[in-house]
Amino acid sequence: MPLSTQSQADDEQYVLVASLDNARNLSNILKAITFKDHAIFTATPNGLKVTVEDSKCLQANAFIQAEIFQEYTIKEDLVGFQINLTVLLDCLNIFGGSTVPGVSTALRMCYRGYGYPLTLFLEEAGVVTVCKINTQEPEEPIDFEFCSNNVTNKVILQSESLKEAFSELDMTSEVLQITMSPSQPYFRLSTFGSSGNAHYDYSKDSDMMELFRCTKTQTNRYKMSLLKPSTKALALSCKVSVRTDSRGFLSLQYLVRNDDGQICFVEYYCCPDEEVD
Amino acid sequence: MRCVVTGGNVKVLAKAVHSLSRIGDDLYVEPQEDGLALRSVNSSRSAYACFLFAPLFFSRYSIPSDHTFRCKMAIKSVQAVFRSLATLEKTVEKCHIELDEQKDRLTFTLHCKHGLLKTHNLSFQDSESLQAVFDKDSCANVFRAQSRLLVDTVVHFPSSLEEVTVSVSDERMWVRNHVEEEAEQSKVMLTELCLASDEFDHFAVKTHNSITFCLKELRGLLVFAESTGLPVSMYFDEPGSPVVLSVTDSVLEGNFVLATLSEDPSLHKNNSKGAHTLPPPPPDDFMNDDIDSYLIAMDTSIAPGPSTAGPSTPPLADPTCSKQSAVAAHRTRTHREEDEEAEEDETDDSDRPPNKKFRSLFFGLVLPPSSQISTQPVMSQEVLASDSEDETQAE
Repeated sequence: MPLSTQSQADDEQYVLVASLDNARNLSNILKAITFKDHAIFTATPNGLKVTVEDSKCLQANAFIQAEIFQEYTIKEDLVGFQINLTVLLDCLNIFGGSTVPGVSTALRMCYRGYGYPLTLFLEEAGVVTVCKINTQEPEEPIDFEFCSNNVTNKVILQSESLKEAFSELDMTSEVLQITMSPSQPYFRLSTFGSSGNAHYDYSKDSDMMELFRCTKTQTNRYKMSLLKPSTKALALSCKVSVRTDSRGFLSLQYLVRNDDGQICFVEYYCCPDEEVD
Repeated sequence: MRCVVTGGNVKVLAKAVHSLSRIGDDLYVEPQEDGLALRSVNSSRSAYACFLFAPLFFSRYSIPSDHTFRCKMAIKSVQAVFRSLATLEKTVEKCHIELDEQKDRLTFTLHCKHGLLKTHNLSFQDSESLQAVFDKDSCANVFRAQSRLLVDTVVHFPSSLEEVTVSVSDERMWVRNHVEEEAEQSKVMLTELCLASDEFDHFAVKTHNSITFCLKELRGLLVFAESTGLPVSMYFDEPGSPVVLSVTDSVLEGNFVLATLSEDPSLHKNNSKGAHTLPPPPPDDFMNDDIDSYLIAMDTSIAPGPSTAGPSTPPLADPTCSKQSAVAAHRTRTHREEDEEAEEDETDDSDRPPNKKFRSLFFGLVLPPSSQISTQPVMSQEVLASDSEDETQAE
């Protein structure tokens, strides 16, 4: 139920207004990237992008297209601010996040512009809560310069099988090594832990492998601690695309279906720990 | 060494590993002619377990022919290979176990559905031979029951319970929690279950004994037995000799050998591990007059008090304490009966624990001086037992 507590005149002052009948369509996807307190919100007429970064080596982005929202009005080409993501999630779940079917929290998110707080109107079963969260100067998100032209290897896997591997990964290993190759072992995840090493090999002929496009053999290592948060996104997703470029940078793209079956994307970019060829 | 396990047996192997992890931190692997032996022992060497998988358990079993090989590795690493039992069941088609002696590596390769291959290269250390000495066939008491019976029995005890005592007579087995002598008697909860011989598949008792052993280690075996549906056999002799619990089928044999508390003839040492001889179990019928003589029997079985009491006994505050310590020694049993009696007695309804203590003390005070215990006629007990039983009369 769209909130109609604001009159038409009030709306004039907001540069961004976005409404959702089900706030979970936003909160669930944000949970997939909440490994740091602060997030950069970038809104364009296409939709909302939320970015979280870690130690200049890892970046996670959640994309919620304009079509997902029941109402999406933006008065400028680009609206950006930084906000405490943990606080935002707490507010989105302020009604306790019940899973009673048919009952959902409606959200109306309003932003007046630079220097103003982000205002959230949340309603559930006739009860309305207003939250105002302070915003900060948005930092420029890192540009990993990952472009499709430079992609050497790409696979698309069904998340199911990758979830199994990630849940079993040896956490005593400091790195996760990813090998992609046009020949055996095709796609391999390796760990080097205190008790020995482990390898998870996915054959290119596997029915879990939806796309296999590897041009050259590449082995790269990434810090396990950086990739660990991506398992949240993996858990929500139904498909994942794994790409590496010539520098060994890793791009993980997750296809997430929300409560209403609409598609959103989450992506993770990670720098390699060292180059192993 | 090269072994291949297929289908459902992978899960059985995984369960055996998880079961062994309840015993000790290291897994000892020894490929033998008669099968692959996986063993574990606890740090105090009071619990040992061994699973022997016959060559037929494997779809392929080849071992180094020219030399014996044995190794040990952290059991946690092997558990990591078989982490999710549910996933194992659903996705693993076969498991290869290969030994690379040059690189000191044991490789577990799981071939899973959907073209997924999981390879675990685990490093191992050379190890000494680990073999417990036990002979099941020479044990006096032999039992066999469906795992369900034992699981249902053990579920009544809290998971924090360390030790359990099993007592047997010709037709019955009693399982109760073992309470330390020093424990505050008014704060302990006593749980006892009685199993009839007909609940067992096999029940053969040659000597009426009571043994006390660690429950935690037994649970590991029970989890394995229950999930594989195999009956559990139990073998024991007198207290102090280990109890052996085993599961067998045509292709595997699992033996858990647990140490039991030994009988200490000089009970005045009051060493908590030294324990006291637990008296033979009481008759089933608590209305029986024999309770008195039973109490006497317990008392006489305990070594006399103060003159021979060692420094490790609890502080003796007053002259009657010697009797109290004797009383305390069998207080666990007394309490249980008093529990029963107290429930049956409508007049005794207030503030039970102090009453029990009082009754015990009363027993103690009426007891003759310890040096004369063995010659004291039963008559003096008359007054006490009649507390709750109207018809109870000392003989």
